[in-house]
Amino acid sequence: MSETNGTQSVPANTTPLHDRHVALGAKMVPFTGYSMPLNYPTGILAEHLHTRESASLFDVSHMGQISIWGEGAAHALEWLVPGDIIGLAPSALRYTQFTNDAGGIRDDLMVTNADGRLMLVVNAACKDADLALLEIGFRGAVDVAMHDDKALIALQGPKASAALARHAPGAGELGFMRAAAMKIAGADAVVTRSGYTGEDGFEISVYAEAANDVWDVLLDEPEVSPAGLGARDSLRLEAGLCLYGHDIDETTSPVEAGLLWSIGKRRREEGGFPGEERILEEIANGPKRRRVGILPEGRTPARENTEILNAAGEAVGVITSGGFGPSVGGPVAMGYVDAAHAKSGTALGLLVRGKTIPASVVKLPFTAHRYHKN
Amino acid sequence: MSDLKFSNDHEWLRTEGDTATIGISDYAQEQLGDVVYVELPEVGQKFAAGAQAAVVESVKAASEIYAPAGGEVVEVNAALEDDPALVNSDATGQGWFFKLKLDDAAELDALMDENRYQEFVAGLE
Repeated sequence: MSETNGTQSVPANTTPLHDRHVALGAKMVPFTGYSMPLNYPTGILAEHLHTRESASLFDVSHMGQISIWGEGAAHALEWLVPGDIIGLAPSALRYTQFTNDAGGIRDDLMVTNADGRLMLVVNAACKDADLALLEIGFRGAVDVAMHDDKALIALQGPKASAALARHAPGAGELGFMRAAAMKIAGADAVVTRSGYTGEDGFEISVYAEAANDVWDVLLDEPEVSPAGLGARDSLRLEAGLCLYGHDIDETTSPVEAGLLWSIGKRRREEGGFPGEERILEEIANGPKRRRVGILPEGRTPARENTEILNAAGEAVGVITSGGFGPSVGGPVAMGYVDAAHAKSGTALGLLVRGKTIPASVVKLPFTAHRYHKN
Repeated sequence: MSDLKFSNDHEWLRTEGDTATIGISDYAQEQLGDVVYVELPEVGQKFAAGAQAAVVESVKAASEIYAPAGGEVVEVNAALEDDPALVNSDATGQGWFFKLKLDDAAELDALMDENRYQEFVAGLE
């Protein structure tokens, strides 16, 4: 037996919750320079399904937490992202991307307007480059800080709200994509109603020294079980959400990736972000390729880098994320295809180990989003 | 001690006459996690010892399975099509993959008995 799809083998940083993962019997793996829990003894399938029916606790402290503040911070950030940051209301958050001059994506991120600051959550693999981009881009005109002293804990699932509300009474009333300061286990936390699973849920930012207490009180709730990066990946894939470095990267534009919804009307009219030439041209005329959901027939998972063929057997694209969807009960995938093959229902073939597996283009997500209705 | 023999690649083999049943070890299924699909060979296919004969897919990855000895496939475990999780729940029993009519029983001498395999696995931890 040999794995064809292994993980990285770089020595690792640890998060403030590392000892908790080890004590819970997690399988720890290197991920973007950190030792992270892939799964706990229950396994990825059970953790995934538990998240969809109850609530799961995820340590995502490897992600970068950066804040920017000072007069003109929102204007300054708009020079680097196509999202509407100036229009971001206090206590609201929004998804956007750092774009490059060629209209590709340097990283994707969440921006929260809270406490007089813009708080950014960025991908672990990109966080140092993002910090440099902000510092160089702002030239000292706006203050920037990386918060390596903070942990990030996600509580996700239909019962997340009930579990969190026992410790932070305001949690149940918090609106979707809204942020609030709360006390959890006596610690100051910034809580957002957001996540990466397609379910209702929260992301909780706390100082590292409080992370274990917050983790412990939430894990002690009867609805809550721990879940690792394996379940996080299968949950976000079923939810049709992009994974940076796979579904989006320096070559894919936000329009091709189906992220046009994250570029506000004013930004489309005014431009003023990196790569605007390509991005605005694609908005006007349509992109040459599109990210789509792909449903393989049968049981064989089609993994990342699987070639996509049209009915004539010609290459028309490539899978960027693919695997088994536990809630779907079968294989699911996302990938890029030529615009001519992007319509739902289009019949495709997937070249897996020399055989062509029939598949079709489907609308994302695979599992309906169940976010909190405000 | 069991009648199983093991390869370095974590396949097991159990012989009855000149036929051998093949699967993956309990250690292997634990490393893989939840098995969601097994691509089995076809009856009549012939493999040399060490040749890729099947693929096992977990939620996170695809792994190749090698024939621990050479031979011709005489039967495959159709139950894995509907219930691939048998590989997790009963790796050395109901979770078997395929049966080979062996070319040369002397090839089995290169495999480990269960005690040696457990030592080998302990050395990997």
